[in-house]
Amino acid sequence: MPIIIFTEHSEDTIKKSSLEAISYGVAIAAKLNTEAISLVVGQTNVNLASLGEYGIKKVIHADDSTINTSDNQSMATIITNVAEKFHADIIIFSNTISAKGIAPRVSVKMKAGMVSGAVSLPDITDGFVVKKNVFSGKAFADINILSNKKIITLNSNAFEISKPGGDAIVEKLAVEKLTSSIKITAVHKIEGEIPLAEADKVVSAGRGMKGPENWGMIEELAKLLGAATACSRPVSDSDWRPHHEHVGQTGLSIAPNLYIAVGISGAIQHLAGVNRSKTIVVINKDPEAPFFKSADYGIVGDAFDVVPKIIAAVKAL
Amino acid sequence: MKILVCISRTPDTTAKIAFTDNNTKFATEGVPWIINPYDEWYALVRAIELKEKDPSTIIHLINVGSAETEPIIRKALALGGDEAIRVNTEETDAFYVASQIAAVAKEGAYDLVLTGKETIDHNGSSIGAMVAEFLEQPFISLGTKLLVENNTATVTREIEGGEEDAEVTLPLVISCQKGMAEARIPNMRGIMAARTKPLKVVEPVAAEVLTASTSFSLPQVKSGVKLIPAETPELLVKLLREEAKVI
Repeated sequence: MPIIIFTEHSEDTIKKSSLEAISYGVAIAAKLNTEAISLVVGQTNVNLASLGEYGIKKVIHADDSTINTSDNQSMATIITNVAEKFHADIIIFSNTISAKGIAPRVSVKMKAGMVSGAVSLPDITDGFVVKKNVFSGKAFADINILSNKKIITLNSNAFEISKPGGDAIVEKLAVEKLTSSIKITAVHKIEGEIPLAEADKVVSAGRGMKGPENWGMIEELAKLLGAATACSRPVSDSDWRPHHEHVGQTGLSIAPNLYIAVGISGAIQHLAGVNRSKTIVVINKDPEAPFFKSADYGIVGDAFDVVPKIIAAVKAL
Repeated sequence: MKILVCISRTPDTTAKIAFTDNNTKFATEGVPWIINPYDEWYALVRAIELKEKDPSTIIHLINVGSAETEPIIRKALALGGDEAIRVNTEETDAFYVASQIAAVAKEGAYDLVLTGKETIDHNGSSIGAMVAEFLEQPFISLGTKLLVENNTATVTREIEGGEEDAEVTLPLVISCQKGMAEARIPNMRGIMAARTKPLKVVEPVAAEVLTASTSFSLPQVKSGVKLIPAETPELLVKLLREEAKVI
């Protein structure tokens, strides 16, 4: 009973979160003494045999140009058919925007219990128990998947990529023609930004910045560090920054290696979305800001004074 | 047009999260309950906005839960909606809850089923897609805009690194997030009207439960912040490189 890892790609790369999912799937396969298969859907220029480096022995590539990869209904049908063909009981996804549309559909099709947003390997000593975030990052739950068929979507930055090396065989797979009821009429990509959900480092700012015109230094620091930019809810509510930058309980929940919060007081709702970050730096002029309690490093000072000095110090590295 | 809006009950965003019974149950004592913010602010309010444009629109609300959830159902009805349906059962896992919603949705032949993008307690983000699969309908996840005209929905949704616009023929399931609608608060007229709006209680259909939570835990608390004087921010950069090894 092999494990299938749904592997997402852009034109020229495999997504980092999918490489994490592959490493996660390979680790589960090793635990269960079975094989991990990567499933790639849609056309790509990536040399898929190179996925062997991550411990994959076989890649199934459904490369039919007529597949509407934006339609989760079509994608779920293809994944379920592949799972049936290879008698796979466990499907791994990375917990991406696309997976949020596809994985629950596959769960219904296969009658597979699903854990979304897993943060560690399953414990198989008594059942099949997977840890996930609940209460928007304020707690973890251990979820036992009771059904024989299982689906896990893995949170990004929750599992380290490993490269044991090796080669993978790539098998092309023809799929039945599917009609899609979703017609994409326009795509608006935000150019040049690091996607927040997958970012390794994040520089975030709040109301302490006083206005959108002052974000230059936040963007400059982020650029220097190779970080994504984020913001608190009041900032996105006031339209100082785009909605997709809002992190917190009712925004995006993230877990980067480094989270720098500038002028954010650290309300419980904000902390919920970021407290899984490995290292947290807080810069705030109010020494009583609750965020300091959850930080690893802090500077009590005026952002307009401190941030330019940090920029200078990073430049000097 | 007939719209079904899925409403979940969640602890308030400021509620203390703690567990009882050897960390197997959420400690509900003293917890203030709210309508899941995404369900309220975006799914329900967008449905109300669509009804304001086209008054012939019918809005039904659905909640899967015990009688304890009725106060938040009344609150939702105070915002808007014509009637509510409560499926009288404990909400267990997503597959079970989606099975219940799908059964009601099938029966009611809705043109649109709206959910929030996720609940702030389970964070599963899976009910909408599961309901769509049960109904064999298209699903738009993370919708930020929705217009309906002549049986066609024009939607904008978040994708990795941006947004895309799509056209979909109804019926359709959409999960809603920020951008979809302007949050509003119930007015006195709405609150009075909600008291007499129908709240139907239906019994659950037979459905499987595929997962069960076995225990809960809280994240580790940080050991304490290391404060760096504001005069020497370069020390922070040094520590991030040499001690934390993150830059």
